[in-house]
Amino acid sequence: MGILEVKGVNKRFGGLQALGDVNLSVAENTVHAIIGPNGAGKSTLLNVLVGKLIPDSGSVMFDGQSVLGRKPYEINQLGISRVFQTPEIFAELSVFENVMIPCFAKRDGAFRMHAIGDVKHEADIHDMAAAILEDVNMIDKRHMTASSLSRGDKRRLEMAMCLVQEPRLLLLDEPTAGMARADTNNTIDLLKEIKEKRDITMAIIEHDMHVVFSLAERITVLAQGTPLVEETPENIKGHPKVREAYLGEAQV
Amino acid sequence: MLGLNKKDFGLLLLVAFLAVAAPFLLNPFPESSTLSFLNAGYPALMQLFAIFAIVLIGFNILFGLTGYLSFGHAAFIGIGSYTAMWMYKLLNFNVIIAIPMAMLVTGLFALVIGWISLRRTGIYFSILTLAFAEMAYRLSYSVLTPITGGETNLSPNPAKDPMILKGEDGLTVPHLFGFDLNAKQVWELGNWSFTFEAGYYLCALFLVVSFYISIRIFRSPFGLMLRAIKSNNQRMSYTGLNTKPYMLAAFVVSGVYAGLAGGLLVAMDAQAGAERMFWTESGTIVIMAILGGVGTLLGPILGAGAIKYMEKILSSISEAQLHTWLGILPDWLENAMVYIMANFFVGHAWHLTLGLVFMLVVIFVPGGLVELGQRIATKLSRKKPDVTPAGENNPAE
Repeated sequence: MGILEVKGVNKRFGGLQALGDVNLSVAENTVHAIIGPNGAGKSTLLNVLVGKLIPDSGSVMFDGQSVLGRKPYEINQLGISRVFQTPEIFAELSVFENVMIPCFAKRDGAFRMHAIGDVKHEADIHDMAAAILEDVNMIDKRHMTASSLSRGDKRRLEMAMCLVQEPRLLLLDEPTAGMARADTNNTIDLLKEIKEKRDITMAIIEHDMHVVFSLAERITVLAQGTPLVEETPENIKGHPKVREAYLGEAQV
Repeated sequence: MLGLNKKDFGLLLLVAFLAVAAPFLLNPFPESSTLSFLNAGYPALMQLFAIFAIVLIGFNILFGLTGYLSFGHAAFIGIGSYTAMWMYKLLNFNVIIAIPMAMLVTGLFALVIGWISLRRTGIYFSILTLAFAEMAYRLSYSVLTPITGGETNLSPNPAKDPMILKGEDGLTVPHLFGFDLNAKQVWELGNWSFTFEAGYYLCALFLVVSFYISIRIFRSPFGLMLRAIKSNNQRMSYTGLNTKPYMLAAFVVSGVYAGLAGGLLVAMDAQAGAERMFWTESGTIVIMAILGGVGTLLGPILGAGAIKYMEKILSSISEAQLHTWLGILPDWLENAMVYIMANFFVGHAWHLTLGLVFMLVVIFVPGGLVELGQRIATKLSRKKPDVTPAGENNPAE
């Protein structure tokens, strides 16, 4: 049993079968990549996992609990965090405030009315936030406004915000999309470092094969809404079905 | 001090000082001078300054922190007023009952209206709040007439109303434990006359307390959550935070502030009418917020004061007044100028002046009067050569 079990998931948008009978099992403490050509249903699948879309049929179990029908914030509280294609951060707030918010979410749950105490006096929150910023080497930038960070630092900040909640499953939606090679390599290193330091499962949706083969332990290939193969990276490279699906689109 | 840092405590002291010293500060010109009409130190106007400052402080918690623009806030002022009035009619004229009840009942209305309106965001939220305010306004002139008094307004009728807590010879004017809120003291100092009225100081006290609470909310974890909702609602959900109850709490808090203001209006003058809930009143609240500086602590107070001042002073300038000022000009020019100003900028036409000022502010200082003040302060400090930061990139003075 993996930590995430997707069984027989179907999703239709009008006449388009976005997901057709998707079965997927992500084992605990692995990095699992989901690849596939454009329009293969990768993003739809991700949106199902985080509760943004509800599938027409099938089941999605996380650690023995169904995630279907739960709101995104409830799914997050179960232990699933998500990194977006474009970093979703609190652009107007400072780096430190950005990290404090998930700290509050972890300590106080989805809602707590806390209107009179001063943020400055929450010592435990400050310690948590400072520790994670040390971890991702951003402690020097804690007073900067998040919108003024570089693209790579925004990504780093978003990761810190996810990690401080100590999620059991981290979902990454094309974490290096639109990045220069140097930034891509930095992100790969960051992810490797994260993986080494803690017990965490990662599911990555990615176009860039360089990223996929640097990180993934298992790879699922999706085409036209259906998983074609699930294999280790070594066995994927020369797989005839994968070549067929990509048809020279990527240099597998 | 009081759980505030130095800067915030300074702001609180400033507001407290302005509130206490308003009868002096707003009366700079002696009674006999031609400029005395610029004075705003009379009780009726000072009360409005304080009361609208309270509305705006509350509105700023919603609009300034979360970015949700309520276009129906005047309805809460009306609900607060009617509630306070019914407390007079049913119980007695002691504002110690009327004002807290106004806050409580308005809070309950805000809970229901907020719960429904917050199902939508952005412009749809604004439209829903506007719809509620419009309903409240129309209903109070029609089916709700028994409760609201309709066109004749609601006012106490000591002969008929039950007033069960009034007791023998109880006061039939708003009072605080028997202390008449209309009691006033007038100081004649040379050509000046300063009026100190109990009612105004009650408003001022509520203003200072309201301001203090709003600073605490701004600095609290709750305030941080509200700013985060404004910044990125989606990230909030994916961070495991349920934004709904945070928004609803902000909506109710800001509604309660407006209810308090409604109660205070009735404490100053025992009558309540539905015109307080008309949609232009809600619009004025939005304009005050933007003019003062959205999301700043001091902005709402400045915005409320500036607009109420302009409304009273500009609209009171008469044609005769203009003739005396422009008397030194040649007759044809004088008449032309008076004609233009009287018909377009002052008296009944003062809204055009307000509109122009508002446009100028939005275009040139989008941060409102607070930003204007900050810019002037920077300019002044830059005049001293030793403070000028080297390499500052600032083209064209």
